[in-house]
Amino acid sequence: METSFTLGWIDYTIMLVYFVFVLGIGWTLKRYMKSSTDFLEAGRSIPAWITGLAFIATNLGALEVIGMAASGAKYGMATVHFYWIGAIPAMIFLAIFMMPFYYGSKARSVPEYLKLRFDEKTRGFNAFSFAVMTIFASGISMYALAMLMETLLGWDFDFSLLISAVIVLVYVYLGGLTSAIYNEVLQFFLIVIGFTPLVILGLINIGGWEGLTESLSDVAVRNGYEPGAWVNSWKYMDSPDSNPMGVKWFGVLMGLGFVLSFGYWCTNFLVVQRAMAADSMAGARKTPLIGAFPKMFLPALVIIPGMIAIALTAIPESGFELPLKGNSYDYDKVIPVLLGHYFPTGVLGLGLTALMASFMSGMAGNVTAFNTVWTYDIYQSYINKKKSDRHYLRVGQLTTIFGVLVSIGAAYMARSFNNVMDFLQLIFAFINAPLFATFLLGMFWKRSTGHGAFLGLVSGTLAASLHHGLTAPAGADTLIKGGWLGTVVHTYPSEMAQNFWTAIYAFSAAFILTVIISLMTKKLKSDEDLKGLVYSLTPRIREEGIVWYKRPAPLAIIVGIVAIILSLLFW
Amino acid sequence: MGLDIKVPIGLMFTILGLLLTIFGLATAGNTEMYHRSLDININLWTGIAMLLIGVFMLATSKIKPAKKE
Repeated sequence: METSFTLGWIDYTIMLVYFVFVLGIGWTLKRYMKSSTDFLEAGRSIPAWITGLAFIATNLGALEVIGMAASGAKYGMATVHFYWIGAIPAMIFLAIFMMPFYYGSKARSVPEYLKLRFDEKTRGFNAFSFAVMTIFASGISMYALAMLMETLLGWDFDFSLLISAVIVLVYVYLGGLTSAIYNEVLQFFLIVIGFTPLVILGLINIGGWEGLTESLSDVAVRNGYEPGAWVNSWKYMDSPDSNPMGVKWFGVLMGLGFVLSFGYWCTNFLVVQRAMAADSMAGARKTPLIGAFPKMFLPALVIIPGMIAIALTAIPESGFELPLKGNSYDYDKVIPVLLGHYFPTGVLGLGLTALMASFMSGMAGNVTAFNTVWTYDIYQSYINKKKSDRHYLRVGQLTTIFGVLVSIGAAYMARSFNNVMDFLQLIFAFINAPLFATFLLGMFWKRSTGHGAFLGLVSGTLAASLHHGLTAPAGADTLIKGGWLGTVVHTYPSEMAQNFWTAIYAFSAAFILTVIISLMTKKLKSDEDLKGLVYSLTPRIREEGIVWYKRPAPLAIIVGIVAIILSLLFW
Repeated sequence: MGLDIKVPIGLMFTILGLLLTIFGLATAGNTEMYHRSLDININLWTGIAMLLIGVFMLATSKIKPAKKE
């Protein structure tokens, strides 16, 4: 099987056209960048359908495209848990219950909400940890892209890294958040059109869904599972031994479905920022719901290719084989190898461009989130407080350059991981899982205090690292996978299970400690201060006069019903 | 914001769609090239789909010229 391919003039032309448009959007938007609000918050003026698509597109980076395809091959249909039980309920919760506080409080970022609701130290902790995390995520996107260009096209690693960094830098520098959001929408359409032919060809080749199921039952049996283990999502979750993910339904439900997903989708400024850029409160609340519709069907584009790849590998006559890495399959290669297998010159260029687009949207999303947090929550709060808005606009622009430079550094650091996904999950577990406890208590319990929130967050993060340091997944060979405290108290059947439980412990520690410490400390903010920040002290949003299907609640119910139907179909 | 996102997306899809459609027509019958895509002229089909999406975007962007505000 060839792992590198040569491109024709048409492939390069397609790539070039894409680059021209991406940069052109930045260039066109440049003249609207008059204030720091325009640059860092998109002037709060973007229609909901655009922010909705950007909401999911910014997440459709390397992590999702490469990681989900890899998981699709490794774990099969169970990977949809990241969507239907993971993302969707969290997105609904964000839209209905949390968005009113983010958007209504006039906070400019998630850390700033924490400052308004709690205190300075809570904001500082969140702002710094978030800044580090986004830079890492952006660096991983860059690394993955450059690695791909190197192995597939024979491009120089440093050159690929540089070119992608420069393109993202230019369009974010010129048009700020608006440019990133507009490009994310463009990238979203490109990713869909680029990957759809791949899925269609793959399914035709393997004989449709039946052919896929049949071949995957061979895969399952060969690996010592029930025949349906690769095509069912919940059916084999009653014991970690009966599904390739090595998890039990409770871990999925609590760890992934509740703690990790709510922590990610409801408190991660990367995605929340898109909703906060909407033109109205109704628009901000609809953003995650509009995004939820395409999100529910993304598994068809990113998980199914992984399942097809492993299914084809199991059929020797297919002429397709996943490359090996050491003594296991190189799962991260699923998408590129499939592209090379099915696409002739022409769509090949389109597919590769779509892949690049996905990496760039991931990168740009992180860079814009980093910009805002750095400028407002770190620079304006701790370094230089009283300057004109012009000054902060300039700082925002310069931060773009700084952010991209540091991500390049992170890209070089991110080299030694087999499954990029697992590594990011680990970081999310450490930082995000306790965060959701803080927000939950902050938004819905007016008695929670700044000291409680801060100490709760810190101990949640500590609990996460402690748990990770004392446990290990089966067959762990490096300390990065766990057990670095010397003694392994518990061994999990898989890394995934360990990650879910790390999150559960972190969340519980943060929740319990925030409650205890809040009750022990004095409440420093009056009810008047907390108006618009806490559920019980905020007047309900009135939405008479809006047609029912444009209101968030009915939309949320429809999203929920569709997700349940999908889950039942692939039970 | 003064830029309707449908215009650049529509334009890009139209251009790429035309490119792929023409390329697909020009390479029709090249069995060696389309062997890997299961003898389907995937360039032509993808091109047509992109062209349709592009034209649709451009058409709807004209009906609703730059929103108020």
